[in-house]
Amino acid sequence: MAGSTFLDSSELVLNMGPQHPSTHGVLRVILKLDGEKVIGTECVIGYLHRGVEKIGENRTYVQFAPYVDRMDYVAAVSNGLGYCLAVEKLLSVEAPPRAQVTRVILTELNRIASHLLWLGTHALDIGAITPLFYTLREREEVLKIFEKYCGARLTTHAFRIGGLQYELYDGFEEDVAKFCDMFLPKVDEYEELLTDNRIWVERLKGVGILTAEQCKAYGVTGPVLRAAGVAWDLRKAQPYSGYEQYDFDIPIRQNGDTFDRYIVRMEEMRQSVRIIRQALERIEPGPIMAKVPKVIKPPVGEVYVSIEAPKGELGYFIVSDGSTQPYRVRVRPPSFVNLQALDQMCRGALVADVVAIIGTIDIVLGEVDR
Amino acid sequence: MADEQKPESSPEPVAGTPGDAKAIPPKPPAASPTSAAKPHAPKAPAVMATTPWESSLTELLKSHFGDSITEFSSYLGQNFLVVRPEAVNAVLEFLKLEADFDYLVDITAVDYPKRAERFDLIYILYSYSRNERIRVKTMIPDGYRPKSATSVHLGADWLEREVFDMFGIEFDGHPHMKRILLPDEWQGHPLRKDYSILDVDRRWVQENLGIEVGQ
Repeated sequence: MAGSTFLDSSELVLNMGPQHPSTHGVLRVILKLDGEKVIGTECVIGYLHRGVEKIGENRTYVQFAPYVDRMDYVAAVSNGLGYCLAVEKLLSVEAPPRAQVTRVILTELNRIASHLLWLGTHALDIGAITPLFYTLREREEVLKIFEKYCGARLTTHAFRIGGLQYELYDGFEEDVAKFCDMFLPKVDEYEELLTDNRIWVERLKGVGILTAEQCKAYGVTGPVLRAAGVAWDLRKAQPYSGYEQYDFDIPIRQNGDTFDRYIVRMEEMRQSVRIIRQALERIEPGPIMAKVPKVIKPPVGEVYVSIEAPKGELGYFIVSDGSTQPYRVRVRPPSFVNLQALDQMCRGALVADVVAIIGTIDIVLGEVDR
Repeated sequence: MADEQKPESSPEPVAGTPGDAKAIPPKPPAASPTSAAKPHAPKAPAVMATTPWESSLTELLKSHFGDSITEFSSYLGQNFLVVRPEAVNAVLEFLKLEADFDYLVDITAVDYPKRAERFDLIYILYSYSRNERIRVKTMIPDGYRPKSATSVHLGADWLEREVFDMFGIEFDGHPHMKRILLPDEWQGHPLRKDYSILDVDRRWVQENLGIEVGQ
C-alpha cells in the first residue's frame, strides 16, 4: 500500500483452536479481526465426529442406549433419559412412578453437575481459578452418588427403556438429601466469590448479547434463551417424567448477556435442589420397570421426543421400520444449534470476550460433533 | 448392506435391508388407528398407523395451499403434514408468519433407497405462543435441490449443512453449502443407506496401511 506505515490497521485472520484450552474440547474458531475487535467468526467443527447416528442404525434399540451417553458426556443422564423416553413413546409404554421419580432425581443431580463444570471452567477461562476447585469438589459428591447407584461416574447408562435397571441402593435417599443440604450454601459461596466481583462483572456485563428475537431465529434454547427473557423450559412447557407435579420456577433475566446467563444457571442449580427435595418425598415402593418385551421391536412409525437438557432442548427423532434396530436415529443436539449463534454474539466484541462467549454458551464438543 | 451387524440376540433374521418395510410409496393417509395401541402384536403393519389430523390450523393451511399439501396426519399424538417439495419454503414461511411457528427445531432426512422419491426431508417446528410442535415432511428424489430455508429461519444454516454432509442433499440458495462435520475432502455421504462403514474402513487400511482388511 502506498504511503502506509506499520501502524496502519488492516484485517487480520486469527485461528483459535482446535487445541486451545478455552474452546472446551476441540473447537476451531477462525476470527477475523480489526485490531482487537472481532468482525466475523467461522466455526470449524467435527473433530469429535464419531457417527453416532450411523451407529444407531446398526445397533438394536437396547444396544444403542450406552452410546447416547457419549454425546454430552457431562450430562450423560439427560442424554439417556431423552433416548429412553423416545423409544418408550414408540413402544407406547410409560415408566412406573418409582422409576420416574428416580429419573427426575438423577437428571436434576446431573444438571447440577453439568452446571458446576460449566461454572468452574467458565470462571477459569476468565481468570478466576479458585471456583474450579470448589465446583469440582461439589461435583464429585454428585458423581459419587452416580457411582454408588450404577457403578459409573460419567457415562452412567443409568436408565433402561421402560424404567431402571437397578433398584436404589440402601441409603440413596440419605445421600441425596445430605448432598442437597450441603450444596445450597455452596451456591451462595460461589456467588459471593463472583457475583459482586468487579473483574467478573466487568468481563461479563454487556458481553455476547443475544436478544430473545435472535435466540428464536437461531433456535437457541436453554439458559441462553432464558437469560434473554423468555420463560421457556420444556419441563414446564411440555412436561415429561412427571415434572408437572413439582413446584419450581423458571429463572429468567432480561439482558441476554453473559452475566445474565451466569445468574440464570446459578439459580437453576437452586431450583434443581428444590425439585430433588420434592422428589425424595415422592419415592414410593413399587416396580422400577414397565412391561417391555425382551426383544424391543417398536411398530412402524416415527416420533420426536425432546427434553430440557442442561444445555437446552435435546431431541431424538427416531424412525422405526418394525425391526429390532432403529431405521434412523436423529439427535437434535442443543450445543450444536446454540453454537451457531456464536458468530452473532462475537461480532463487535474483543478477542478476550470470545473466550467468555464460548464459555457462556456451555457447549460440549462431544455433542456438537456426535 | 455389508456393515449391517445383526445382533446375536435377534430371534429372527430381519428380511432384507431395513428399508423394505417402509419403501412403499405413497403411504395411505390413514390406516387403522387401533394398531398403534398394540405395539407388540406379532405382525406389525408395514406402514405407519397414522390417524387424520384436523384442526383450525389444517383448515387454514388447506384453504391457502390446496393441493400442495398432500397429507395431514397424526401418529402417537404428534402431528405432521406432507408437502410437495416446491412448496416447503412457502409453507414454512406461512407457518411462521401466520401461525406463529417461529422456532425451527431441527431439519433432518431419512433415506429410503428403494423408493422413487428417495429421501424424506423433515422440518420440526415449534410455536412458543401455542406450545405446539408439528413436523413438515416432504419427499424428494435423489439429486433434487430443495430451496434453502435460511431465508425463513436463520437457524436452518448449520442444520441444512449437516443434511448435505450426511445425505448429499444440496440446498438451493444456501449461503455456503459445504460439509460441516466431516472434512471437505470426504467422499460419500455416510447416512445414506448404501454407504457402508466396512467398505470405507477397508479402503482406508488398504491405502494407508497396505493390508487387505482392518477388522
